[in-house]
Amino acid sequence: MSDVAVFDRLFGAGGHTVEISGHLVRGGAQVAGRPVAVIGTWNAAAVDGDLALAVSAAVLQVVAEDAKAGATPRPIVFIADTQGQELSRREELLGLNGCFAHVARCVDLARRRGHPTLTLIHGEAVSGGFLAFGLVADRVCALPGAQVRVMDLRAMSRVTKIPLERLQGLAKDSPVFAPGADNYWRMGAVDELWPDTDEGWDERLAAALAAVASAPEGDRRAAIGAERGGRTLAEAVAAAVRDA
Amino acid sequence: MKIKRVSYFEANARARIAALVDEGSFAEFCPPELRHTSPHLARLDAPVAFDDGVVVGRATVAGQPVLLAAQEGKFNGGAVGEVHGAKIRGLLERAVQDKPAAVLLLVDSGGVRLHEANAGLIAISEIMRAVLAAQAAGIPVLALVGGSCGAFGGMGIVTRLCDEVLMSEEGRLGLSGPEVIETVKGVGEFDSRDRSLVWRVTGGKLRRALGEATALVDDDVASFRAGVEACLARPAPGRDAIDDLDVLLAAQDKLQRRRATLADARDGLDVWRSTGFPDPQAVPMLTAESFNQQLAVVQAEVRS
Amino acid sequence: MERFEIKLPAVAAGVAGRTALCGVVSSGNLEVLVELGDDPASCTVEVNTSAHGFRDIWEAVLTDFAARHPAGGLRIAINDAGATPAVVSLRLDQAFETCRSKEQ
Repeated sequence: MSDVAVFDRLFGAGGHTVEISGHLVRGGAQVAGRPVAVIGTWNAAAVDGDLALAVSAAVLQVVAEDAKAGATPRPIVFIADTQGQELSRREELLGLNGCFAHVARCVDLARRRGHPTLTLIHGEAVSGGFLAFGLVADRVCALPGAQVRVMDLRAMSRVTKIPLERLQGLAKDSPVFAPGADNYWRMGAVDELWPDTDEGWDERLAAALAAVASAPEGDRRAAIGAERGGRTLAEAVAAAVRDA
Repeated sequence: MKIKRVSYFEANARARIAALVDEGSFAEFCPPELRHTSPHLARLDAPVAFDDGVVVGRATVAGQPVLLAAQEGKFNGGAVGEVHGAKIRGLLERAVQDKPAAVLLLVDSGGVRLHEANAGLIAISEIMRAVLAAQAAGIPVLALVGGSCGAFGGMGIVTRLCDEVLMSEEGRLGLSGPEVIETVKGVGEFDSRDRSLVWRVTGGKLRRALGEATALVDDDVASFRAGVEACLARPAPGRDAIDDLDVLLAAQDKLQRRRATLADARDGLDVWRSTGFPDPQAVPMLTAESFNQQLAVVQAEVRS
Repeated sequence: MERFEIKLPAVAAGVAGRTALCGVVSSGNLEVLVELGDDPASCTVEVNTSAHGFRDIWEAVLTDFAARHPAGGLRIAINDAGATPAVVSLRLDQAFETCRSKEQ
């Protein structure tokens, strides 16, 4: 699917100003007759400090514009398509972890200012790049074909010294480390797995934003992970600490 | 009477807590006898720890109530799995109810526990949300970084979400470890066996010079405690102080300008030179006290 | 991991201690959890170890431990990642002393 086709499917052809420049996605659109902002990464972006700060600048601009205009805070649709963080000595020196923290804080600011936040995973969503903004939003939907993971199984095998065959075998029935958007759904971190059809994306998007608006406050992902059977301990252990 | 110096770097998580808090004040939540161990490690036939590598509880520091979490860097690299992460998140959520003077995160971690990959990644994002929620409720979250694993991966992001970051030079703070960068990008990009280089890129003095760390202390639990006490003695920032739009716009500007100013920097020496240290080569050898004195001087010069 | 339980006859300490944990589960190391058990005349030790085939050495080390200390009435649980007998003995002693030092 071409770049433009994704946004046309989501927002209607001619109904949006979403542009891709390099690995940055930015623009505006209308969903169910209301304006939304669209911000994110594209094409398996290796997120470096410049890209991270471009995302955070875009978020702050949306918050500032709506605050200044006294407008209803626009929903922000985040597009997550990243291979993870840029691996670079210079980025480490300059504090890429700090840039990612800044992005997360800006997304959280938007949420607390009343902007509904939604992440759409397109292509890949990996590790640090996904942590910085994708996983901070209120709701996460995986577009058809989306891949979510921490690390390539091969690299994981090298680091943990567990044979690849063993990891592949265990991955078959454990959502814990097998890559896959469906596993993240089972564990409570992805809310919707969109079916592999071309139709109805605009309706799905509208419904997802409505779900954000009506959802109770707070991070319910661990409780949802327990309900779906993907993470049976996280909520219970956190509750044990809260009540100890 | 000579007081024996306790190296923060060498101490395990429980020893760090014991030396940091008022004597006898620590009460552990979900203690090891409850055996909240990792079923995922067990399934991979790897050893488990009764506390899954993180100790959480409440205590007082200089008489002030705190909640604290101390990661055990010697167990699986302090890495975050399902249970480990849930203990930290539960602690931060409890802070909203208990309203302690602060939450202390003794970070000593490489990030996500790969044996529990997805659970670890999600747990870290939950910790991030919980730090933000605790701060929104007016509770300062302080990070202490001085152990052998430093604060990397998702825990490097969590650390930078904290109100204060207290580091020793022995501590390291970053996102991707030097070994990973060397493996993927080659030894020319980052020689992970060049220890001096690793510390010039991710160590406490570099982070303090950049402002990524808010305090540089000695590798001594007493120094970390003094640093925490100093933070607790300051009035808690109004919630606006960290979350306000104007504050974030200023932070955005500062980060962008730093990247422009340090466009050619590849080494801590470049950063110290740019900051105004009179002898960048000598910085790694300075005591924390000397470093802090020199930093105060160059910052005063910038302001004037 | 290899898992087994060893029950040792032991002399009761006569005073109550409190739960204690010593050590860390890292390569060549172990953690020892000491709790109060039911039987004042014995000490039960549950061993989880990544080093297979050394049960007889564990029996010897633990028997020696029970002979050195009044370990009756205690329940011990161990997570071991390949510690030597000397390190195991040291950690058992440390855990026992910590348990005793917390006594009422």
